[in-house]
Amino acid sequence: MIKVDEKGFYGKFGGAYIPEMLHPNIEELRENYEQIVATDEFQKEFKSLLKDYVGRPTPLYFAERMSQKYGAKIYFKREDLCHTGAHKVNNTVGQIILAKKLGKKRIIAETGAGQHGVATATVCALMGMDCTIYMGALDIQRQRPNVERMKILGAKVVPATSGSQTLKDATNEAMRQWINNPVDTHYIIGSVVGPHPYPEMVARFQSVISEEIKWQLKEKEGTENPDLVIACVGGGSNAAGTFYHYYNVPQVRLIAAEAAGLGISSGKSAATTVLGTPGVLHGSKTLLMQTEDGQVVEPHSISAGLDYPGIGPVHAHLFDIGRAEFVAVEDEDAMKAGIELSRMEGIIPAIETAHAIHALNMIEYRKDDIIVINLSGRGDKDLDTYIKWGGY
Amino acid sequence: MNRIHTLFQNKKERVLSIYFTAGFPELEDTLPVMQAIQNAGADIIEIGVPYSDPIADGPTIQDSNMIALENGMSLKKLFEQLNTMRESISIPVVIMGYLNPIIQYGMEAFCKKCQELGIDGLILPDLPVQQYLEEYQELFEKYGLANTFLISPQTSEKRILEIDQNSDGFIYMVSSHSITGAKSGISEEQIVYFKRVKDMNLKNPRLIGFGISDSETFTKASTYSNGAIIGSAFIKVIKDSKNLAEDIKNYIQSVIQ
Ligand SMILES: Cc1ncc(COP(=O)(O)O)c(C=O)c1O
Repeated sequence: MIKVDEKGFYGKFGGAYIPEMLHPNIEELRENYEQIVATDEFQKEFKSLLKDYVGRPTPLYFAERMSQKYGAKIYFKREDLCHTGAHKVNNTVGQIILAKKLGKKRIIAETGAGQHGVATATVCALMGMDCTIYMGALDIQRQRPNVERMKILGAKVVPATSGSQTLKDATNEAMRQWINNPVDTHYIIGSVVGPHPYPEMVARFQSVISEEIKWQLKEKEGTENPDLVIACVGGGSNAAGTFYHYYNVPQVRLIAAEAAGLGISSGKSAATTVLGTPGVLHGSKTLLMQTEDGQVVEPHSISAGLDYPGIGPVHAHLFDIGRAEFVAVEDEDAMKAGIELSRMEGIIPAIETAHAIHALNMIEYRKDDIIVINLSGRGDKDLDTYIKWGGY
Repeated sequence: MNRIHTLFQNKKERVLSIYFTAGFPELEDTLPVMQAIQNAGADIIEIGVPYSDPIADGPTIQDSNMIALENGMSLKKLFEQLNTMRESISIPVVIMGYLNPIIQYGMEAFCKKCQELGIDGLILPDLPVQQYLEEYQELFEKYGLANTFLISPQTSEKRILEIDQNSDGFIYMVSSHSITGAKSGISEEQIVYFKRVKDMNLKNPRLIGFGISDSETFTKASTYSNGAIIGSAFIKVIKDSKNLAEDIKNYIQSVIQ
């Protein structure tokens, strides 16, 4: 069984390795979240917002031309059609309701690609909450449109200028600011990372993805279970949501696409399961790209959302026990897959998502297998990167 | 007997602990800085092991961590530098470090090495009490290392008691809810917290840290505890120092005067 235990571990990975200053915040969350989330009141508000505000259920779309090309039945779960353009909003809707019920007044969050920042700024605007987003200075440059979207939505965007100035450093900064403001502030983590209970909580809010896939596929194919599901992994929230209701259905293969950057052995990569070893970062024990001295390595990916040196503890566990298969997709191949999807299906994907598309070329499957690929986000935010790359 | 225990047996007031980052400002400054801290009259030396992601630290210590790493500091290097430490250092020495570099070194190998070198205690800010009890307490005890936990103004009374029960050496009272180096001065609200903890009559001595920078804050903090810890302010003193021994002596003496 893939299930988090009482102490927040998935097998060897997880836990809550946090400075004592954060203990009261984490404890408050841990003690209250399950109970709050289980109430009818929470569920009603959550479901209603997912339906009328986010636009759920998102379609499960049969991609005919791609299916012909790849010789399989390929379906796309259209998270790119969510309000704000990516799956991230499923989680922020859940957490903002929770924050309100916990009596919090301020929200802080980290962001990489800016999608989680936008999704957080959006729900803060919706609920009238004060919002500050920490974002790596490098990411601020390469995800300009999302920075402006956050500002239009009324959020304050603060650059993280330490280290590699990307997602890892933005997360450090958000944690520091939570230490500084422990009482009135809730930290909306954007992926299945961080100290327990975050990884499981975020996965649960994202699990609506596979919950919908099940009944949608049943309608279309007469079975709830595809042969394979594929998702990209930065921290791993869209993948966790896509895998969630299939964790314990062994006949469904789980495929996770990591970012190989310029290549596994190039020194410029974010392929955590290939290059990582067990370690502790941002409050949990997980697989981590690090030096032999235990310093965290600065990752690289062309997609800001995958540019993270770790993965959520649940994915470290899925990898460890061989339940999920991991592939590492290089920048160039991801970009080409993004163009392919644009040309064949009329969908310009986020570059993160394009990694999952390219995975089709890296795995084996049987003819006519049913494959569901999670389209985690759309490519609007990445136009600059597509233009600079230019290979279309 | 562990030097930390001996110290607090003999001195119950105005104990001064100085934090600095190993390998900062220059790689080979570690031991000279320690000697200067001791000669200036401080009571405890806290050696910070630099880490790429110090989430409890403000800009000053983030910066010293980064410079030390660029200088080539690592746990292995630090242990080499400390090889002959006890020939010149007689006061208690504590290692403060984030968990990950220590896990990579190997927790048991790390503890064993600490004992060999004459390290007295550990402060691992991201090692939670529960994990300590389950995984590491036995090791720390086996190698004679006193373990220090942090508490903050948010820490509940129940948890303070639990931490007191499981601490050995001293308790590190974080002075406000903040990362290191955040503010200067001590507010009324902080004094209420200091008094509240003082009145709990814990079995372990208490040192107050974060935001202590000069004689005034040191004295104020010491009024409600056994002493205080200075980190960021000390890092600022040594950062651009042209004469480490002299500047460290002047600074520490100005604090404890
Ligand atoms: C569209 C999209 N997909 C995927 C990710 C990666 O995050 P996760 O692995 O948590 O799904 C991001 C992150 O910003 C994103 O914007």
